[in-house]
Formats: sequence, C-alpha cells, structure tokens
Amino acid sequence: MSQENKKEYISPEGIKKYPPIYPVSYPMAGAGGNTGTWRNLRPALDHDKCSKCLLCWIYCPEAVIDRDSLEIDYQYCKGCGICAEECPKKAIEMIRED
Amino acid sequence: MRTILDKGTHIVAQAVKNAKVDVVAAYPITPQTAIVEALSSMIEKGEMNCRFLPVEGEHSTMAACAAASAMGARTFTATASQGLLYMHEVLHMVAGCRFPVVMANVNRAVFAPWTLWVDHQDSLAQRDTGWIQYYCSSLQETYNTLIQAFRVAENIKLPVMVNLDGFILSHCTMSVDVLDQETVDKFLPPFQPEWKLDPQNPTAYASVTPSNEYSQFRALLAQDEQKAKEVIVRAAEEYKELTGMWDGDLLDFYRCEDAEVFVLAMGSMASELRLSIDMLRQEGIKAGVIRLRVYRPFPEESISAALPDGSTLVVLDRNYDFGMHGGILFNECKASLYDRGGKIKVLNQVMGIGGVDITYQDMAASIKALLA
Repeated sequence: MSQENKKEYISPEGIKKYPPIYPVSYPMAGAGGNTGTWRNLRPALDHDKCSKCLLCWIYCPEAVIDRDSLEIDYQYCKGCGICAEECPKKAIEMIRED
Repeated sequence: MRTILDKGTHIVAQAVKNAKVDVVAAYPITPQTAIVEALSSMIEKGEMNCRFLPVEGEHSTMAACAAASAMGARTFTATASQGLLYMHEVLHMVAGCRFPVVMANVNRAVFAPWTLWVDHQDSLAQRDTGWIQYYCSSLQETYNTLIQAFRVAENIKLPVMVNLDGFILSHCTMSVDVLDQETVDKFLPPFQPEWKLDPQNPTAYASVTPSNEYSQFRALLAQDEQKAKEVIVRAAEEYKELTGMWDGDLLDFYRCEDAEVFVLAMGSMASELRLSIDMLRQEGIKAGVIRLRVYRPFPEESISAALPDGSTLVVLDRNYDFGMHGGILFNECKASLYDRGGKIKVLNQVMGIGGVDITYQDMAASIKALLA
C-alpha cells in the first residue's frame, strides 16, 4: 500500500507539543514493527472472483488492504486469514509461506 | 460565605457541587452511599451541570473516571473500604496516565471479618499507587480540602484521594462555612488539560511502551510526587488568603512551640488528640500534636524539621503494618528520621482498629504508658 493513501493524523513533531508526562502516541504504518514477518499463511486475492464488496477491507484488523486497488501490504499483513474467512465470493486463498 | 449544619456525606457533595465537577461515576458502599445519593439527586434536579454514571462496580467506576478525565472533564468519585480495594488496579492506571481525578474515600476497615467502622487500612493499602492522599480531621477541613484537591490535582496532574473517617466524620453533623460560588470559581478555574482525547485529532494513549521510555514516564511520576508537596502547600496558603481558613498544609501543629513530646496521628483521632495534649500539659508533660494532613507525598522533611534533638515522637496508628512491628505511620516516621542518628525516640501505639472508640482519655493514657 502506498504511503500517499495513508491519512495524516498527527506528525512526530506535532506530538512534541504535549508535556513529556503524557504517554501519547499516534497512528502510523509500522508502529508495531514489521508484523509481516509473523505470517505463516499469505492471503492471495483473485481479482476475477472479487465483487469489490470491501468486506475484507472492513474486517482487516491491520488495515493493510488498500480500499481502491485492494492490494495487500505484505510488509505488515500478519496472515490472520480474517479476510479470506469473511469473503463471500471465496476470492481470497490462504497459501502457505515457504 | 454562609454557615450550614449538615452531615459529612452532604458536606462532601456540597464541595463537589461548588467545584463544578463535570462527571461523577460511582457505585454505592457503606458509609459512602449518602455522598453519591446526594450528588445524584442534585444532578437529577438540575442543580449541577454534571453527568452521573451509575456503574456496576468500583473497578468500572475508576475506569469511567479515567475515560471522563481523558476527555478533559473534571471528574469525581467516592468510595470506601472494599470498594477502594476493588479499584486498586485502576488507581495505578489513573496515576500513570496523569489523570487528575479527585476521590473522597470514607475510611472503613477491611474484610475479614466483615466490619463497617473506621480504620485507615483501606487507604493506606493504596500507598504505592501514585495517588496523593489527604486525611481530614473535621467537616470544615473536608470541605476545604476537597476544593483544594481539584486545584492540586489539575496543577500537578496527579489524582488526589481525600480521606474522611467513616461515621465519625461521614455521618456526624457539624456546622460548616460554605464558600460563595464566585469565591470557589476564583480559586478553581475550569480544568484545561494540555492533552485530551480529541476525535478530530486521534492519538493513542499509554499503549505498550518500550522499557527505556516506560522508565522515563515512571521517573517523571516519582519526581512529580515530590513536587506535589510545594503545590499542596501553595494551595493551602492561597486558600487561606482567599477565605481566611487554614487547616495546615502537609502537617498541622498544636501546642508544638515548646514541646518535648510530639504526638503524631491523622484523621478524626488527631482532632480529639488536642484534648489529650491539654490534659497532659496540665500534668506537666510538655506535649504537642503533629497532625499528618498529607500521607502521600509523605512529608519526611517537615516532620524531621519539627523535631528537635532529644525529643520524643509518639505515633498513634489506626492501622497495622503486617509483618513489621507496629503501624504504618510508625515505620514511615522511623524511616524518615533515620538520618537523625537516633537522636529522636520514636514510640508507637496501634489503636481504634475497626472503629473501636478512641477518647482523649484513652490517648492520654496510652501516651503516658509509652513514656513511662
């Protein structure tokens, strides 16, 4: 997923305006590390079967599915398989990683 | 200013009303119940512009207070005994999150066996949560301290617990001078935190933090616990300038000027103790009272400064320090005076457990027996 599509919430500079006593953090790609390395099963989307209902996009707990292209960001996808489970068209297959 | 005659629970509610609290979350427990009943009734009648959250238990009470405070609301709750113990986990969280929640705790001894009456075991068991703890000796002081508590909490960004003895203060009727709303507003401007939850500008808060950063937050918390001492003193002094009322700052002294024997206690028994001191003075014992008004942060420097070399400190504890000899205040006083090289004799009596009545004669007799 391209960084341009990410909504800018608050910048690391913006967070510095708070006094250091407040444990404030902000949403950003990769805040939890490269979670893609946890993956055993890789979701593969068959675009021909896909009806673009966006259920996978809604259910993805890591927000790694792009809303427009439905491309999956494998750097952060943990391979949980929720997208494949929810897909009404069975367009997502979970393939074992090598 | 007007003088009213009412019981302790209603005086607490009056102070909370005057403090213009935005959110009250609470679960009833004896002897606190009448506080939240009074607040609930005032909110229902529209006398307070405040949201009342009736929750299913004290753990949720404090969680609701944390969330309300994170939204920038001035937040209050009240509890006692088992309710306070049930909150314990969330007390740590609220202090660590730097939410300035204010809570009235009506001191009641803890289970087992079941009891309803006062001692200080419930709140002293919350010592290491990071909460500031006041102990009041009269209803006027309870009112004054609650107003000061919001000021202190919001200034240093730490939660404050205001303790009053169950039944002896909570259900006793006394006359109290209640401030005009304009005077309270002058002392207590609206709560304006530098950070609060903002849906337009979302941030996460206090999520999993790497060790180095975590230890920095905890070090700042420890530093600010110490800094709170000067904030507490300043609040008491400015309150006195505005209202003429004074209940002491970290400590409150009685007949200590020429004393050789100092008696330290807290809560309502420390008020009664003045009569014991007058009695001892008549018998030729030069005694005075050091009333501990703030237990956390512990005023070690002020206690040490009040005691000349060669003097005796008698500590009266309404609690047990299980596994140590004597009570909790006794052991904390001994630790505070360690640097004095044994030049101050420290003696201890545990009394009044589970609401056993303490008269001034009892305390005078105990002090004399310890000195003998």
